[in-house]
Amino acid sequence: MYARLVGEELAQRAAGPLLFLHRRVDVGLNEAVEVEDADGRVRLGRIAALDTETITVEMLDDTAGLALAGTRVRFFGEPLRFHVGPGLLGRIFNGIGQPLDGGPPLPAARAYRVDGLPIKPSAREAPSEFLETGFTAIDLLNSLVRGQKLPLFSGGGLPHDRIAVDIACHARLPGGRAREQDFAIVFAGIGIPHDSAELFRSEMERSGALARTVLFLNLASDSSAQRLLAPRFALTAAEYLAFSEGKDVLVILTDLTNYGEALREVSASRAEVPSRKGYPGYMYSDLATLYERAGRIRGRPGSLTQLPILTMPNDDITHPIPDLTGYITEGQIVLDRDLHRRDIYPPVRVLPSLSRLMKDGTGKGRTDADHPALAAQLYAAYARTQQTRLLASVVGEEGLSAVDRSYLAFGEAFEGDLVHQDEARSLAESLEAGWGVLRGLPRAELHRLSDAQIAAHLGA
Amino acid sequence: MSTATTTWINGPVLRARPDGTFRLREAVAVGPQRLLGEVIRIARDEIVVQVYEDTSGLRPGTPVEGRGQLLSVRLGPGLLGRIFDGLLRPLGDPADPYVTPGLGEGSASTFYFRPLCTPGDALAAGQPLGEIGLVEGAVQQCLAPPDLVPGTVAEVAGAGEYRDDEVICRVRTANGASRDLTMCHEWPVRLPRPVAARLPSDEPMVTGQRIIDCLFPIARGGTGAIPGGFGTGKTVLLETVAKWCAADVIVYVGCGERGNEMAGLLGEFVELVDPRSGRPLLERTVVIANTSNMPVSAREASIYTGITVAEYFRDQGLDVTLMADSTSRWAEALREVSGRLGELPGEAGYPAYLSSRLADFYERAARVRTLAGNQGAVTVLGAVSPPSGDFSEPVTNHTRRYVGCLWVLDAQRAQARFYPAIHPLQSYSLAATGLARWWHGQGCTRWEGLRRRFLTLIEEQARLERMARIIGRDAMPERQRLTLLCAQLVEQAFLRQSAFSPIDRYATPARQAVMMRLIGRFIDGAEALLAQGVAPERLAALPVFRALMRMGEEIAEGDWERFSELDQALTAGLRELESGAADGAGAAAPPAAG
Repeated sequence: MYARLVGEELAQRAAGPLLFLHRRVDVGLNEAVEVEDADGRVRLGRIAALDTETITVEMLDDTAGLALAGTRVRFFGEPLRFHVGPGLLGRIFNGIGQPLDGGPPLPAARAYRVDGLPIKPSAREAPSEFLETGFTAIDLLNSLVRGQKLPLFSGGGLPHDRIAVDIACHARLPGGRAREQDFAIVFAGIGIPHDSAELFRSEMERSGALARTVLFLNLASDSSAQRLLAPRFALTAAEYLAFSEGKDVLVILTDLTNYGEALREVSASRAEVPSRKGYPGYMYSDLATLYERAGRIRGRPGSLTQLPILTMPNDDITHPIPDLTGYITEGQIVLDRDLHRRDIYPPVRVLPSLSRLMKDGTGKGRTDADHPALAAQLYAAYARTQQTRLLASVVGEEGLSAVDRSYLAFGEAFEGDLVHQDEARSLAESLEAGWGVLRGLPRAELHRLSDAQIAAHLGA
Repeated sequence: MSTATTTWINGPVLRARPDGTFRLREAVAVGPQRLLGEVIRIARDEIVVQVYEDTSGLRPGTPVEGRGQLLSVRLGPGLLGRIFDGLLRPLGDPADPYVTPGLGEGSASTFYFRPLCTPGDALAAGQPLGEIGLVEGAVQQCLAPPDLVPGTVAEVAGAGEYRDDEVICRVRTANGASRDLTMCHEWPVRLPRPVAARLPSDEPMVTGQRIIDCLFPIARGGTGAIPGGFGTGKTVLLETVAKWCAADVIVYVGCGERGNEMAGLLGEFVELVDPRSGRPLLERTVVIANTSNMPVSAREASIYTGITVAEYFRDQGLDVTLMADSTSRWAEALREVSGRLGELPGEAGYPAYLSSRLADFYERAARVRTLAGNQGAVTVLGAVSPPSGDFSEPVTNHTRRYVGCLWVLDAQRAQARFYPAIHPLQSYSLAATGLARWWHGQGCTRWEGLRRRFLTLIEEQARLERMARIIGRDAMPERQRLTLLCAQLVEQAFLRQSAFSPIDRYATPARQAVMMRLIGRFIDGAEALLAQGVAPERLAALPVFRALMRMGEEIAEGDWERFSELDQALTAGLRELESGAADGAGAAAPPAAG
C-alpha cells in the first residue's frame, strides 16, 4: 500500500519497551514502525522521541527475545493506522486489528489513525435521544442516551459481563428505526480472561446478535503494551461504523482497570515521574482520548455510545482509575456487592449512580413528561431510606415513627421490585414500577412531585 | 524574525538551536504546518519550545520561526457568540468536524464602525476611538490598545462597514512614530491588561441561585471556587450561573472537560433568552473549549486566554463573569509539561510554582476603573476537581487561599439529587458582610438576620441529626423537633433549586427576598406556637407547609399575587393552630412573642 523505508543494523540499545536506533533515516515523531528480529518475528512500535543522533522507538509489543543484531526496521512514514472497510461486522480481531477468526483481511476502504482525532465541540450534536437498555435502574433512574459514555463501576465477581451482554442484546431506540441493520456492537476485551471473552461471544451468538458485532480481543495472556492499543483499534472500527456507515454503535470496553494497569507498567518502564498510586500524571488525558471518542457528529446519521466496564480495585471508588473515569464520563452505574449477595439483579447501587445526560434525554417529547420528577422523587425517598435504615440499626424498628417505617418498607420494595428484575422491562413498564413503589409512602412526603402529578399517577 | 532548527523532540516539547534572538514566552511557528508554540526556556545555544498542538511528524531539522511577540491572542469585535480553542482560534468551521493541527486564525469579518474621535484629537491607551455595531443594535466600544504610546489622531475612517483587520485609525505617537490601528489588537495572554485603579466591591454578582445569593454571595469582581468530587454537579452549577447571572458578558472556559457538555452548552445558549436583554444567551457569551482529548499543553494556556478575553470586555466598561471548568485539569497540564521538562516535582507531583500560578490567575479578577474612566469588573469562578473528592489535595488547598467564596459540593446531597449540592456548613463567603446594605436596597431589610438564622438552623440540624441517630427522632424534646422541621423547610424550600425547572432555575433578588421572608415568618410563628405547646408535627401537617415546601417549583417569577396568597394562608394556618392552642391550654397560655 505504502512505500515503506526499511533500515537494517540501526538498533543501538534496548531497555524495557524502548529501542534506540541510529538516526540514519529522516522520520517524524509518532510515526509507526515494524521491527523484525532475526527470527522473523514482527513487532509494532512507535517513534516516541527524536534527536539528531537517535530515534527512540517505543515497542508496542513484548520485547523479550529481541536482539540488536539482524534486526530490520520498517518505517511507515505515518502514524499507526487501521485499515477498515465493509465486512467488519461479524469478525474477530486481536488487539492490533489482525483477524483471529481465520477470515480474509478486511478490504481497506479507509485508513484511520488509531489514536483518532478530537471532535470539535462545535461539530458535536448534543446527545439527546433516549436509548432503552431494558434495566429499570438505568432506564428510569439513570437514563442512557445515544452518544453518551456511561461506565459500569463493578468489582471482581460481580455480574458486569452478564449486564453488558443483556444490554447489548436488548438496546433499542424507542420509536421504530429498523434496528437490525442500523445497530452495531463493538466489543473490546482488554486483558480479559479467555472465559469472559468466550461468554460474550457465545451469548451474542445465542441471541443472534453476533452478525452485527465486531470483537477485539486482547486476552490476559497477551502483551500488556498491546492493551493500550486494543481499545484504540476497537474505537477506530466503531468510528468507521458510526460516522462512515451511519450505524448506531454501542461500544463495550472491558476491563478498563487492566488498561490502567498497563498504562502504569509502560509509564514506569519509561521512568516517568509517577502521580497518585504510581499511575502516570497524564492518565486523565490518556483515558479521555478513549472516552471522548463517544458522541455524535452534526449532520451525520450514526452515533457512538460507550459502555466501558471497570472493576474497582478493592471495591474502592476513590481509586485513581474509577475516579478519573468518573470525571471524564457522563455518569456511572455502580454495582454493589451486598445487593448481589441478596440476589438482586442487576445489583445497581442507585445512590452513587448517575447519568449526566439524563436531563437531555428524558421528559416531555422524549420519554414521559413526568419521568424526571418521578426519578428525582425516587432518589430523594431512597436517600431518606438509607438514613432511616441507619437510624433503625441503632434504635430498632420499634423506635421509629410511622413515617420512618413507611420508608423502610419503601426501601425493600425499591430494591426488590424496582431494581431487581427477572426479565427486561420496556420503559413504560419501568415507569409503572416506579409509580408502584411510591404508593407505599404518605402523599405528604412526596415533595418532589406536584399535586397534579400525584393525582394523575397515584390517585387521590 | 529569528529562526531555529529542531534538535530534539519528545511529545509536545522540543529543543532547537537558535539563529537569532528569542525571548522567553515568545510565540513561535513550528514546521510547515506552522504549529503554534511558546518558548519556555532559553540558553545561549538552545531554546526549549512547548508546542500547543499534536506534534506527530515533527523531526530534527524542522524549522522553528519566532513571531517576535509574546504568546498573544487577537482581541476584537468578532468574539461574542462564538467558540474558540484554548488559544482563541475559531472552532466553528463546520467543513471539518475534527480538530487538526495547524488550526488557522480564522478569516476576517466585517463590522460597522463609527468614529468617536477626529483627526487632531489626543488619544492614549485604552481610550475609545469608535463604536462597533453588532447584531440588533448591540454596540461594542473600539478602544485604543493598552500598549499604545499616547499621541494624536492623524487619520480616522468615516462611519461605515470595515473588515476587522483593516486600518481604521492612524495615530502619530508622542515619540514621533506612527501607528496603524484596526478594530482588533493583539495582547499577550499572560500579562494582565492595565487599569486606572482597582475599586472595592460593594455589590453582589447576582447569580439567581438562592443558596449563593443569600447565604454565600459573591461580590462583583470577586472570586469563587467550587470544589467537588465527580458527579456532584460542578459543571451544572457553573452552567446555571453562566446562564442566569447578572453579567454583560460571560466567558466560559471548558478546560479539559467533556466535548458533549460543550456541545450541550452551545445548543442551550442558542435557545435560551437572557432575561435582562431579551436576546439569545449566546450573544453575550464567548466559549473557549479545550476538551480533555485536545492537546494538553493548550489546556494550560486556555485559562490565560479566557481571562485576557474577559479583561478585554471589562475595559469597555462591562461586567464580565468568567467560568473556568476545571482548574484542576489546568493544574494537571502544568504538571505534565513540568514533568517533561524534568523539573523537580513538589507536592503530588505538581510543580512548586503551582500556588503562585493559581494566585496570578485569581488576582486578575477585580472591579476596576478602566483607562477610559468607566467601571468594569471581572468576576472569576473556578471549578476544582479534587482526586477522590479529597479536599486536602494541593489544587483545592492552594485555591482556598486566594478565593473570596468557597462553595463546597457535597457528594451525599448530590446522591439524594439535592441540587445545588453546596454544603452550607463547609462553604463560606468573605463578601457576605459587605453586602447587607445592597440587600437593604432591594427591600430585604432582615437579610443579615435571616441569613444568620438559616445558617444556625442548619448547624443545629447537623448536631441534632447525630443525636437523633442515638435516641431516635421521636424521643427528642419538642423544641429540637421543631428545629429539625424548620431546618428541613429552609433546605427543601429555599436552598434546593432545580437547574432544570423552567420556573425555579433562576430567582431574582426580589423573589429570593419574598421567599426568605415567608420562611422567616413561618419560623417565628412556629416558635411562638411552640411556646404555647403546639407540637411541631401539627405544623408539618398544615397544608400551607407543603405549599411552602414547593413554592420555588410552583410560584413563578413576578407572580406576587400567589406569594401574597401564600402569605395569607400562612397567617391563617398559624392563627388556626394558635386558637386551637388557646382553646386547649385555656387563657393561661403566654402571649406570642415577636
